[in-house]
Amino acid sequence: MSGFDVIVVGGGHAGCEAAAAAARLGAKTMLLTQKRDTIGAMSCNPSIGGLAKGQLVREIDALDGLMGRVADAGGIQFRMLNASKGPAVRGPRAQADRKLYKRAMAEALAATANLSVMEGSAEDLVVEQGRVSAVVLGTGETISTGAVVLTTGTFLSGLIHIGEIKIPAGRMGDAPSLGLSKTLARLDFPLGRLKTGTPCRLDGRTIDWASLDMQPGDDPPRPFSYLTERITTPQIQCGITSTTPAGHALIRANLHRAPMYSGQIGSVGPRYCPSIEDKVVRFADRERHQIFLEPEGLDDDTVYPNGISTSLPEEVQRELLTHIPGLENSVMLRPGYAIEYDYVDPRALGPSLETRAVQGLFFAGQINGTTGYEEAAAQGILAGINAAKRAGGGEAFILDRADAYIGVLVDDLITRGTSEPYRMFTSRAEYRLLLRADNADLRLTPKGIATGVVGSRRAEAFATKRAALEAGHALMDGLDATPDALRGQGVAANRDGVRRSAFDLLRQPDVEWAQLAAIWPALNDLTPDVAEQLEIEGRYAGYLERQDADIASFRRDEGMAIPADLDFAQVGGLSTEIRTKLTQARPATLGAAGRIPGVTPAALVAVLAYVKRRAGDKTRAA
Amino acid sequence: MASSASTIFALASAPGKSGVAVFRISGVKAAAALEALTSEPLPDARRLVRAVVRDARGEIIDDGLVAWFPKPHSFTGEDVVELHLHGGRAVANALGDALVTQGLRPAEPGEFSRRAFIAGKLDLTRAEGIADLVDAETAAQRRQALRQMGGALATIVEGWRGRLLRAQAHIEAEIDFVEDGLPQELGVEAKGVLTRLADEMAKSLADQRRGERLRDGFQVVLLGPPNVGKSSIINKLAGRDAAIVAASAGTTRDVIEVHLDLGGFPVTIADTAGLREAEGEVEAEGIRRSRSRAEDADLRLVVFDATALPRLDPEARAMLGPNAIALFNKRDVAAGMLPESLDGAGVLALSAKTGLGFDSLVSTIATKASDALEAGGAAVLTRARHRAAVTQAEIALRQALRAALPELVAEDVRHAADALGRITGRIDIEEMLDVIFREFCIGK
Repeated sequence: MSGFDVIVVGGGHAGCEAAAAAARLGAKTMLLTQKRDTIGAMSCNPSIGGLAKGQLVREIDALDGLMGRVADAGGIQFRMLNASKGPAVRGPRAQADRKLYKRAMAEALAATANLSVMEGSAEDLVVEQGRVSAVVLGTGETISTGAVVLTTGTFLSGLIHIGEIKIPAGRMGDAPSLGLSKTLARLDFPLGRLKTGTPCRLDGRTIDWASLDMQPGDDPPRPFSYLTERITTPQIQCGITSTTPAGHALIRANLHRAPMYSGQIGSVGPRYCPSIEDKVVRFADRERHQIFLEPEGLDDDTVYPNGISTSLPEEVQRELLTHIPGLENSVMLRPGYAIEYDYVDPRALGPSLETRAVQGLFFAGQINGTTGYEEAAAQGILAGINAAKRAGGGEAFILDRADAYIGVLVDDLITRGTSEPYRMFTSRAEYRLLLRADNADLRLTPKGIATGVVGSRRAEAFATKRAALEAGHALMDGLDATPDALRGQGVAANRDGVRRSAFDLLRQPDVEWAQLAAIWPALNDLTPDVAEQLEIEGRYAGYLERQDADIASFRRDEGMAIPADLDFAQVGGLSTEIRTKLTQARPATLGAAGRIPGVTPAALVAVLAYVKRRAGDKTRAA
Repeated sequence: MASSASTIFALASAPGKSGVAVFRISGVKAAAALEALTSEPLPDARRLVRAVVRDARGEIIDDGLVAWFPKPHSFTGEDVVELHLHGGRAVANALGDALVTQGLRPAEPGEFSRRAFIAGKLDLTRAEGIADLVDAETAAQRRQALRQMGGALATIVEGWRGRLLRAQAHIEAEIDFVEDGLPQELGVEAKGVLTRLADEMAKSLADQRRGERLRDGFQVVLLGPPNVGKSSIINKLAGRDAAIVAASAGTTRDVIEVHLDLGGFPVTIADTAGLREAEGEVEAEGIRRSRSRAEDADLRLVVFDATALPRLDPEARAMLGPNAIALFNKRDVAAGMLPESLDGAGVLALSAKTGLGFDSLVSTIATKASDALEAGGAAVLTRARHRAAVTQAEIALRQALRAALPELVAEDVRHAADALGRITGRIDIEEMLDVIFREFCIGK
């Protein structure tokens, strides 16, 4: 087989975005997957988005990625989480029909030029002079390539646990990937082991829905993608139930059979997605834990009971259901399980997600220690772009913490590493008020256009939207009134003689948009989208100004580059511990060095002084 | 920045003759130095063992105890050796010579703590305390430095930060884990905490800058018309010639300072240009400085000529007030009644020539200094940067309490925590998530 510019190994959420992004940039790209049929599969919960994750989906979309559009096509219940709170912390989320989602993803990939999909397993990589040059297939065939993106998910030496039973697998029913684990070990990547889990699946026809509270979605549903005008898929409701003290007693009586407690699993699972046995042990005073019953599809009776992820033995799982209201007579289609898998310490990567040790080799998704479809896809799109750049030439595409949640995610991973599956939260973003779901396109689409990953359709739609926003902003700046005139209209304004514009007035929490529109009817001509965006900008304006100052100082620190070849052993006054941490993470900037846990301000001063002295020495030598 | 290449040593215990003197060595050559001194392999880490200490020629310096602290578990985070020898200059000199021969050098003042700070063994406030201790000139300054070195400020700030971090975690939990069935009213509880914290910060800020003033010294300014003897008074106070004293008016054009230790308190007395119509540009500038200095001073000593009574220089008189003492100089050659007080200021009769009234002046200044610097308890904020950070934190918390949306409350709280973090180190998001996961059942 003739060679490719980019080969993406794995067809999950990271792999799909990586392959599509590389192809959009014009790279001749191959997506290599064990089973064509599992491309775009949602291995765990049937939903996309959520708090912070919804922001990631919008950012992927702003870079012309697939996840938002595909979720819009497959979504059967859309909800804006935190709708009662401010816009920065709202998160769009959708339940998806597994089959519709998978189909939409397959169609999106098929429609992508320069992209071919091939079935097969990657067994090994060929690395020559520190650069990856080919992928070796299970058949022994070798395909040459300019860059490789590994998105192996939970497949690297995957091992499923259900009670005392252990099954080597990448996912229930799929073989694990053992060859690549060996390759990575041979290339000296620091490997670790993580654990995650999934609940059982139920037959929806055997659930007593009538006895349960139901949760509808938003009406009308709001799409993820900036390009989707409206959702056309039929919408469904989810059920809500909870565990009971009797169920908790059963779990306690069987704890010794849970792999996490029997010592069968030693690796670390996510704190924020604990198994039900974890919840019962750690929060012993709670009498109930909530369970959402999420239908997996419109024409599928499978139901995902969100909240009871477990690896207890199958018969215990069955018995537990009898203690849950509405599920007493339900039929379990498949038991829940825990899975252990290899991941690479992501401190081995640089900000483009390329490994520092092997040029042209990129990692994205769970292999880097993350959890979640959105986190995986976000890394995928970044790795895909940069793999294409590496293969074809061109400057790396880097996002920082003030650009995007993607930037926060990558920076956290490569500077701090992770010891548990990493999930995004809004509180991880220092510049949360800026990194919103509503403005992801304004933040990222221009960068995407500049780097060449955004297609013409989106570029045009974006130009139109931005022009409308700018016109709206100019309009609001131009509409102003004196304090006396405003007081006459019922707006509280200090009598300081200073005219206030419609935009300025949004800073006052007590001023309603409707009031402004009553004073200045021209505001009614703005489209609802534009009006909403302007209102958000106006409401946050005071805080955003302060954040701008913070960002300026953050970027100053980011601007102080630490040379890639700097030997931290030569920096005077560093403790061994700090020196080790710096050497592991190899921060590219002084700012990144400061975010490594345990690196003290004084140590930063020492590094800075050394870098400056060295730069001085070089200038003199030149 | 000290290079780690150098290995330093110093006497760690009080200098002078003593039963035991502790010498400390820090740096890469510490281990080799100990091996060379004892001609023995390194002892077990962190154990005091007996050893005979010799110089390079094999001559015995002393018979004592030594301890070996491999990095990073040492005071400086570097390899450290301690030698417990007999106190006395001869032993100290012999040991110093032996160490210098091995390529070590005596430590500069504060160098051990600087190294400890760089290695993350000391927080910034403790390091500042050590620096202040090295610089301390009076007993009260030394006490304040020791308090800060012992962590008085760090403990308070870390305590605030810990409580703030917890409140922040609760606010963030309501934002990020909305679907996880958290306890109700988390945010309301957090607001109570924020109010209490803001109040505590306000209280610590209302300390009349005692801590900073103790570091900087109690500021006293000498004011008065020309030729009334201000420079002679300051010389008498200082016991030396600090200012040029001349008979012609307008000699002291600039502000001249003397630093005194009065009753353990640092006092800075500034002599100023005479208050009068300026004749030259330079002098006008001097007078402008005098006035500005007078406004900032903790105490004004306003000097009058006792021989001119009952006339009182009007410009000088305008400087009197509760923060002032009226000094009537040249009392030795002038008789007549003095008022007990003048325009709210105390009155003292003085003669710079004979020394009359100076004991009384010194004890009055010392009392005023003590009242200003230590009354109301020890201050914890000792530098302008501490005050700026706590002020910022308090303002941010007050704003948080008024904010309408939870993410804005969180933003202000984060700002406050960052400000506090700057006093000792930094805030860390991972730390906050730890609090969330420890306290709440998160995850469906």
